[in-house]
Amino acid sequence: MTAVLEVSNIKKSFGGIKAVDGVSFDVQEGEILGLIGPNGCGKSTLFNCILGQLTPTDGEVKVDGKVVTGLRPSELNRLGVSRTFQLLQVFPKLSVRENLILAGQEHQGNMVSRLFGPSDAGLTAAADQIIGFFKLDHLATETAGGLSYGQQKLLDAAMAFMGGPRLVLLDEPAGGVNLTMLGDLKERLAAINREKRATFVVIEHNMEFVMSLCTRVMVMAEGRLLAMGTPGEVRANPAVIEAYLGH
Amino acid sequence: MTAIGKYWRIALGVAVIAALIIVPMNFNRYGLYILSQWAVMTIAAMGLNLTLGYAGQVSLAQGAFVGIGAYAAAIMTTQGMPLIVALGVAIVLCFAIGWILGYPALRVQHHYLAFVTLAFSTLAFLVFRNEDWLTKGIYGISNIPRPNVLGFATNRPLPFYYFCLGSLGIVSLVMWWLIRSPWGRAFVALRENPVRALSLGIDTRRYTLMAFAIGSALGGVAGTLYAPLTQYIDPVPFNLSLSLDLLMMVIVGGSGFFFGPFLGAMIAVLLPEWLRFTQGYYLMLYAVAVMLLLIYSPTGILGILDRYLTERRTKAASALRAVAKSRLETAP
Amino acid sequence: MSNLLDLLVAGLATGAIYALVAVGFTLLWQTSQTINFAQGEFVMLPAFLMLAVMHAGAPFWLAIILGILLSLLLLGLGFKLLLVDPMLRHGVLPLAIATMALAIGMKEAVKQFFSAEASPFPSIVPAGDVWVLGRVVSLQSLGVLALAIAVVIGLTALLNRTSIGHQMQATAQNPTVARIIGVPVERMILLTFLINAFLVALASLLITPIYLAKFSSGEVLGQAAFIAAIVGGFNQVRGAIAGGLLIGVVDNLAAAYVSTQYRAAVPLILLIVIILFRPQGLLGRPEERTV
Repeated sequence: MTAVLEVSNIKKSFGGIKAVDGVSFDVQEGEILGLIGPNGCGKSTLFNCILGQLTPTDGEVKVDGKVVTGLRPSELNRLGVSRTFQLLQVFPKLSVRENLILAGQEHQGNMVSRLFGPSDAGLTAAADQIIGFFKLDHLATETAGGLSYGQQKLLDAAMAFMGGPRLVLLDEPAGGVNLTMLGDLKERLAAINREKRATFVVIEHNMEFVMSLCTRVMVMAEGRLLAMGTPGEVRANPAVIEAYLGH
Repeated sequence: MTAIGKYWRIALGVAVIAALIIVPMNFNRYGLYILSQWAVMTIAAMGLNLTLGYAGQVSLAQGAFVGIGAYAAAIMTTQGMPLIVALGVAIVLCFAIGWILGYPALRVQHHYLAFVTLAFSTLAFLVFRNEDWLTKGIYGISNIPRPNVLGFATNRPLPFYYFCLGSLGIVSLVMWWLIRSPWGRAFVALRENPVRALSLGIDTRRYTLMAFAIGSALGGVAGTLYAPLTQYIDPVPFNLSLSLDLLMMVIVGGSGFFFGPFLGAMIAVLLPEWLRFTQGYYLMLYAVAVMLLLIYSPTGILGILDRYLTERRTKAASALRAVAKSRLETAP
Repeated sequence: MSNLLDLLVAGLATGAIYALVAVGFTLLWQTSQTINFAQGEFVMLPAFLMLAVMHAGAPFWLAIILGILLSLLLLGLGFKLLLVDPMLRHGVLPLAIATMALAIGMKEAVKQFFSAEASPFPSIVPAGDVWVLGRVVSLQSLGVLALAIAVVIGLTALLNRTSIGHQMQATAQNPTVARIIGVPVERMILLTFLINAFLVALASLLITPIYLAKFSSGEVLGQAAFIAAIVGGFNQVRGAIAGGLLIGVVDNLAAAYVSTQYRAAVPLILLIVIILFRPQGLLGRPEERTV
């Protein structure tokens, strides 16, 4: 097994407040790592540091053994690292298919070939494949803004899979999604992980979702790593119980 | 239903183009001048619509680029060079300056960007006015020749109008293609949600600069037509008010809509002419009309149309759902 | 050296007027996200209102009072109720464009109903020169400077020392919180529009004797006020004051030491440099509210 993502000693402070205070971990290829912790413990900040949205105060991030700290999010994305956001981030005026095409278009060629090259270059086919995979077929031509919340959330996740990423960071994919949709989403994520060997890191508050989907779970509290282990181990860890129930 | 809608739209398009070609045939000199001006301003407004309407970057400098293009054309063609060469120079020059002007947009947004571009616009005006050796300063450049296009002289008003209309047609086709290309999608993504765009691999910096550069280059194209249209240029038409007027055209027509600039330029160029019977009051009425329109529909004229169509579609959809539901209920 | 003193006094005098206009401009931005592109025309109009009253036979002092009252009514209340209130929810840009249209409308209205030519305007400061530190200084410059400074001090005192001022500042900084702690936010916003109308009327009274009353005179003034507001700090009243004085002085020094053709470029370059390297302005704080 090789590590897809290596995070070492990431620190991020805002003013005097240490949002992330020296977090290190590895994610192996094909793994689904869950990241849990109380609100405000620094999970999303850690994501943003890994993805180049924020510049960490200290520390290093490697993807496939290559140092990527300091790269811009767009550059990271083209290296095969994609993400979803905690709050809905689809393009409401574009159709479902156009959203996916947009999500995939920067992964091939360069700016010049994108303008003057073949107008489609297999993007529609790739988008339709993802649409089929996420069972959004009947919605392909609908504008994204007109979909239900759960459908938009599914689209949001689907967009992260255009261009066949190596590593996907999902920030609360299940938040606000109803039970039926949730089952769908989990099953789809597991299938992609199985079939495409895509590696995931998932922030989630829904314990049932995390514990059943993830192979390993990592717990953060007050900007630090509190525990790491299989779902069973983490569930039994007294420090974790303390962190969740103690406050 | 959409197929019929499509045919209607094509029919309407053909009718409008035919009207633009046939109706002006017996217009007088002044009428043709105004229509040519409409075509030229539409091109400049289309450029700004790309920067502002599609990519979401405010610019108060489009008038300056029209000026740069106009001076390039005036200086070069009065020296005997063909207009097409001036056009190339204007495009390259405006593209490059627009690219540089885009850099502040990477650091600041909204009103700050508006003021940087506003300052640039005024600086460009000062250069037009003060660099006598190049622009002849306040005396202006006169006797700007009109070009020969494919062997036809365009000295007379009607051929020159067709030349402007043809240029507008070419620019429209290029624009239509551009906004449907991956770049067009990236520009919209940049406007709607730059953070998400970045996370999808879209190099927002480069696209921002590109939106500025292409939009500015179109301003330059409009300028190279403006100079032979008026045949005399001085710095006054290229002051800040032109940039503000172009911005108003884009917003009034409908920013981010393909046909917005056509309508906006029509209102800005033609409405004052139609209101001329009110004598001195026409610009005042124009200003009031713009304010009332913006109060009623801040997304411009096409915004009204868009809202109406969306409403009708939603109504149609809910009607369909109601029918389906009643069928389900009556089925057993 | 002595020449420099003249330039400084003249610069501070025009700068003080810019400051009045810039303060109003930032107040509108802070309390209601209004970028008023007609601010220059707002300064142009009151002089014509006063002239109109005088043409009707009223004495100058009465014209001043009525002119200021009319400004409060038209440029304060009318502007807010008829244009800003209906457009505010649509966002910053459409409203800014609407004020551009308003600027055109105001210029044209004055041109049509009054005159396209420049009209002389009486000065409230008597003409003449005084001796200061062994130099001849125009009484008008000194008078303008003194009056503008008095108004600025008065306004600062109003904002910082009185309870109404504190409520206005709270409204500007965070309307939601202000509402929760019981500030009558709506009334405070109206008050800033009235203050702006008062400031532009005063600026009009002070500057028109120098530059004459002309329908197009707002263009230069409006731009100077924008630049002053941004250079000083878009979200700070004291920033706008400092910016106004600075631009006034820079403008006058540039006229003397840079070529006359490019004197107007100096404040613009200053503006670009400030926006690129210190976008919050010299005295401003980084903007927190997302626009």
